[in-house]
Amino acid sequence: MNAAVDSATAPRTRSRSLRHALPYLLSLPALLVCIGILIPFFTAVVYSLMRYRLNLPMMKGFIWFDNYINFLSDAAFWNTVKVSLVYAALTVGLELVLGLGIAILLQKPTRFHNAVSILLLLPLMTAPALAALMWKLMTNPNFGVLSYLVGLVGFTDFRWASDPSTALLTVLLVDIWVYTPFIMILLLAGLRSLPKQPFEAAALDGVPRSFVFFRITLPMLMPYIITASLFRLLDSIQQFDIVYSMTQGGPGDTLMVFQVQSYLEFFQYTNVGRSAALLMILWAITYFLSNVFIKQWLKLRERTHGHG
Amino acid sequence: MYDKERDMFAAFAAKRMSRRELLDRTSRLGLSAAATGFLLNAATTRAMAADFDWKKFQGTNLKLLLNKHPYVDAMIADLDNFKNLTGMNVTYDVFPEDVYFDKVTAALSSSSSEYDAFMTGAYMTWTYGPAGWIDDLNEYIKDPAKTNPAYNWEDVLPGLRASTAWNGVPGGELGSPDAKQWCVPWGYELNNLAYNRNIFDKVGVQAPKNMDELVAVSAKLTKDAGGPYGIGVRGSRSWATIHPGFLSGYSNFGQRDFTVTDGKLQAAMHTAESKAFHKQWVQMIQDSGPKNWATYTWYQVGTDLGAGASAMIYDADILGYFMNGGDNKEAGNIAYAPFAANPAASAPTPNVWIWSLALSSFSAQKDAAWYFIQWASSAEHDLFGAQKMDFVNPVRQSVWQDKEFRDRIAKSYPGYLEQHDLSAPGAKIYFTAQPLFFDLTTQWAETLQKMVAKEVPVDEGLDQLAANIDKQLKDAGLG
Repeated sequence: MNAAVDSATAPRTRSRSLRHALPYLLSLPALLVCIGILIPFFTAVVYSLMRYRLNLPMMKGFIWFDNYINFLSDAAFWNTVKVSLVYAALTVGLELVLGLGIAILLQKPTRFHNAVSILLLLPLMTAPALAALMWKLMTNPNFGVLSYLVGLVGFTDFRWASDPSTALLTVLLVDIWVYTPFIMILLLAGLRSLPKQPFEAAALDGVPRSFVFFRITLPMLMPYIITASLFRLLDSIQQFDIVYSMTQGGPGDTLMVFQVQSYLEFFQYTNVGRSAALLMILWAITYFLSNVFIKQWLKLRERTHGHG
Repeated sequence: MYDKERDMFAAFAAKRMSRRELLDRTSRLGLSAAATGFLLNAATTRAMAADFDWKKFQGTNLKLLLNKHPYVDAMIADLDNFKNLTGMNVTYDVFPEDVYFDKVTAALSSSSSEYDAFMTGAYMTWTYGPAGWIDDLNEYIKDPAKTNPAYNWEDVLPGLRASTAWNGVPGGELGSPDAKQWCVPWGYELNNLAYNRNIFDKVGVQAPKNMDELVAVSAKLTKDAGGPYGIGVRGSRSWATIHPGFLSGYSNFGQRDFTVTDGKLQAAMHTAESKAFHKQWVQMIQDSGPKNWATYTWYQVGTDLGAGASAMIYDADILGYFMNGGDNKEAGNIAYAPFAANPAASAPTPNVWIWSLALSSFSAQKDAAWYFIQWASSAEHDLFGAQKMDFVNPVRQSVWQDKEFRDRIAKSYPGYLEQHDLSAPGAKIYFTAQPLFFDLTTQWAETLQKMVAKEVPVDEGLDQLAANIDKQLKDAGLG
């Protein structure tokens, strides 16, 4: 009798255990990936608390927050913060305006508009470093086509990335050329997915187009705008390829953004501690900014869908 | 038929036949120059083998990390001889220079044993050596059991031997008696003038002899040449902007990057003489340099000369060499001149870049790797590269005395031999060896960019730079 009871309950027990363990087993791959990402992250945190130069191994040791404290009085660091934030703000802002404008022009789903939107994606397929090299050639004063064109309108001595006053403009142009299609395609998808009823009602009421755009289109498009902005912001603040390919952060320190500075600190100066500390600060800024955007996005979603 | 040719070249290698007789016989046999070169090199390789057990590591597989460069092309062209000589197999990874040193840093800092030997510059060994990533090659050079008796280390130009040896003491003199030989010179570049003869003739100027003339001639060329700018020099935000013509001219005035007092380093770029030199250099770039100067690396400096976009460069002599050949627009029009920036100096003092070979401390077969290094830096391979390939500049005195090499250069590169012979005695690294070399020299280049862009006056810029550098030296325990 007991054996029969045991044999009947054993499969049920095993099945219950498996059901309990299943969520954990299903989460295991994600956990492994997370650990894989967190190991280098925490390694960088540890390095950022050390004086650690590869070519001065005898001086390696914990200095705790000294790397961070030294940044506070370092003019070069504050320049890096300023340049990175200005770069991110300008690229996101300008690409948003341009991307939205192009998306509005292509809003109607005709065959021609669809073809154009695909063609406009081509710059996005270009590796940013290659795009920077292409622009470097195009802005060469001896043979560059862009130098020739600006020369025709009177700018015969335009120095592009070589001059501090025009270097930021030059890299912005490259960034805008590569990444505006990204914003464009996101906003185009958003525009085409908006409900038609409010626009039909506005048309019936004879509402001016500017009113429709600012009071109907933009608010409904805001979640897409925030999503696109967040993606571009996280990318722009970590800009490396375009700036390094064009000027290595120069001329002077005009374009010295976080990633370029951190790269130079590790690969050229072998200053692991300082490089890691810079990246930790970049992570903190990115975390803060993304939190701001996500909170706005959640608020918008609540407003759109109501509470609960 | 092959045995006859082989015996003939063996006789020459053993010095039983003169060069004239060899050339006479090869032409009668109808051997092409390429075949002659190959057979000669094979014979000298076999002659090398006679005195030393080259087959000791037969069957070993070596792996090299190399930078894309004509020196590597020459080595690859001769690699079969090494394989036949030693019975070793050699594979290699070649990277473009833009990413090469990042690859080296990544490989060495991770203690990877993938690569046995690699190309490096002397400056990099100021990082690799103290970090424990490369071996002291004195242990190999001085060991007769490991080094071919015909290697003749003393044949390497003395300035280059010294410049690749450092005792690890910040500010310590390169090549001091207690210095470690961190790498072996393989090929090198010294910095002088290379100029376009046609443009110079058109404007009616001669090669400048000192800094004042350089500034004046560059300005005249820019004004009267009808398109090309006067002087090409590097300007990118990198230590490599300070290293070539700039430091060569700067050193000629007796100026230094640092002074060393009681073992402590102090910045020396803000002396009155240094400021005067900087002012001239900045003015020259502003008046006569390339418009995109702040983005210029050796590549843009060289290609502008080759394309006729510049009249002259003050940079690596081998840049001018390569721009005088191939399918460059100005091939055949480039001439060379030594340059001593200081009117009171008796000779040029060119700073040098030395492509060298180093032995990874993480290699599992160091002795075998040393066999490759000594073969690649041997007189035989150096001569092969100099005579048959574009291996300039060779590092050995004997190769510079070789008639075939000298005749080849004299024929197509007017003034090249003269500028080298005059400059070689003073050619060495003029930087002070110290662990913050890349940080501080890059900041120097950054300050130079700001001065050229008129963001900061020269005097103020150099004072700030020196103060900044002194603070960093103090923080690092060096000042």
